[in-house]
Amino acid sequence: MPNDWKTYKPLLLPAIKDLHEISIYEKNNGYQALRKILKDRETWSPKNVTSEVKTANIRGRGGAGFNAGLKWSFMPEPDGKPRYLACNGDESEPGTFKDRKIFEFNPHLFIEGAIIAAYAMQVEVIYVYIRGEYRPFVKMLQKAIEQAYEKGYLGKKVQGSDFSVDMYTHMGAGAYICGEESSLMESLEGKRGYPRVKPPFPAQRGLWGRPTTINNIETLANVPLVMNYGADWYLRIGPDTHPGPVLYGISGHVNRPAVYEYPAGMNIMTLINDVAGGMRGGKKLKALIPGGSSTPPLRADMLEGVTMDADSLREAGSMMGTAGMVVMDEDTDMVDLIWRISYFYAHESCGQCTPCRDGTGWLEKTLRKIKNGDGELRDLDLLLAICHRMEGRTICALADAAAWPVRYSIDRFREEFERKCKKTVYAVA
Amino acid sequence: MSETKSFNAKDLSEIEKLTAKYPEKQAAVLPVLWYAQDKFGHVDPSVQKLVAQTMDLPEALIYGVVTFYTQFYEKPMGKHVLDVCTCLSCQICGGYDILHYLEEKLGIKAGETTPDGKFSIQSVECLGACAYAPMLQVTNDKYVNHLTREKVDQLIEDLKAGKQPGFESNKMPQHENGSD
Repeated sequence: MPNDWKTYKPLLLPAIKDLHEISIYEKNNGYQALRKILKDRETWSPKNVTSEVKTANIRGRGGAGFNAGLKWSFMPEPDGKPRYLACNGDESEPGTFKDRKIFEFNPHLFIEGAIIAAYAMQVEVIYVYIRGEYRPFVKMLQKAIEQAYEKGYLGKKVQGSDFSVDMYTHMGAGAYICGEESSLMESLEGKRGYPRVKPPFPAQRGLWGRPTTINNIETLANVPLVMNYGADWYLRIGPDTHPGPVLYGISGHVNRPAVYEYPAGMNIMTLINDVAGGMRGGKKLKALIPGGSSTPPLRADMLEGVTMDADSLREAGSMMGTAGMVVMDEDTDMVDLIWRISYFYAHESCGQCTPCRDGTGWLEKTLRKIKNGDGELRDLDLLLAICHRMEGRTICALADAAAWPVRYSIDRFREEFERKCKKTVYAVA
Repeated sequence: MSETKSFNAKDLSEIEKLTAKYPEKQAAVLPVLWYAQDKFGHVDPSVQKLVAQTMDLPEALIYGVVTFYTQFYEKPMGKHVLDVCTCLSCQICGGYDILHYLEEKLGIKAGETTPDGKFSIQSVECLGACAYAPMLQVTNDKYVNHLTREKVDQLIEDLKAGKQPGFESNKMPQHENGSD
């Protein structure tokens, strides 16, 4: 099995020239999973497809790591009225830049996966929500969708079967929060992207009040692999509890920052030192953000033996997130970095919930003060108190995502934060 | 008085096509606003009014949407809008150096437009090009990656000469050893 990274050949983004063209994709086993399902509807009933994908345990690649097939199974029985699949290509978590590779290099793999997902959930309309900044990538996907329509993989009576499905792209316009699934639906409905209160969950009441499932682009790109080669095969890639290939987006102070595809569960130091070519300028590693800005930063000394999968990262004190790894060298100013992350969340808070709207602002202001040399030691306690008043007290997880980097950085880089604060102790007059 | 803005017959048919993708017309608000911004260069209150009237939706709703999303321009911008990413990976890989260099070069601050109306600069949040930092986006379209002062100089010259940047494909290192 392809678990030795040195001999691993990419499955999601294989090195095949012009794979984005449907004819090349078809020549390379493309749309075979879909054909196989539609040819043998008895073996591959929607329920059986869902069950196969559930067994494969494709953990959501958008950050939450939830079993995709299990998510599909939450959809109620069809009642003859519309139901939807919304594909999440918002990709706005700082440090994340992987789904755009799928749009550029292998869009049909994603399209095929989305069609299979639609079949499994008996959905006839798919929307692909892509962040507005990705305009050139939206055009690429649009072209691939048109090719899929021409070849009869999309549209009425797919490949002569009685299954029909349409796929439309929907371009965002600059709002991080629209990557949150209920906010994404609001945005798709043409509104401000305010997250919805859950329950009801999208499978009960989603787009236009109808059952809806939201899946990440990379998650759906894994589906044809499972259907082509089977869940058992898929489960043998990477760790037992977090199987499959992963697109690692490595950025920051390494020699070869890029997106790399390897099995889940890669050793972090191997990714930094061997895959990404080691630290830039021979500097020492200081810290790592493993999966996008909301995953707690880890100190270099915390990375020994840690691998990129949900279990190992949880034990180490962080999360897998989107596998967007930001590598920081010894010269990185953590206070400055955490201030900038806080600025991001303050900017992107939708403003619906007070703990988030005000909390993100106060985190940013307080960190700005410390970074500018005007902070006091008690400001660190203030920051932690603000975090406490944000976490778990809002409609969506943006407040938590904003609080965690601050909380864990103060804990893990305390000395550096203290050094920035004036050591003044105010005496009571 | 500014001239009255309007959609012509072709615009209206395009807008109809955009609306047909959804079960409810309101869902087409973002696509129609994009269409309007492409045509007029911005979606200021006069354009918002036009969109509202065309879609038969309240103006307040359109205003609410426009002000929520950062890529919609609420007022006319420079001909070329340079969005410099300064977030996370770009922050630690010189994004601010590029922003400040641009500010110095064009004589304006982030958030401003040059007096001749040619350029606007903005400091923006993560654009999803983290490995190619520092980078910027030109007028909501192409990304220009791996910026250096020389590359910025060249970009400004090109834009002044009416030459838009092309799409930069960032290959995966695993693809570089040729195809299978």
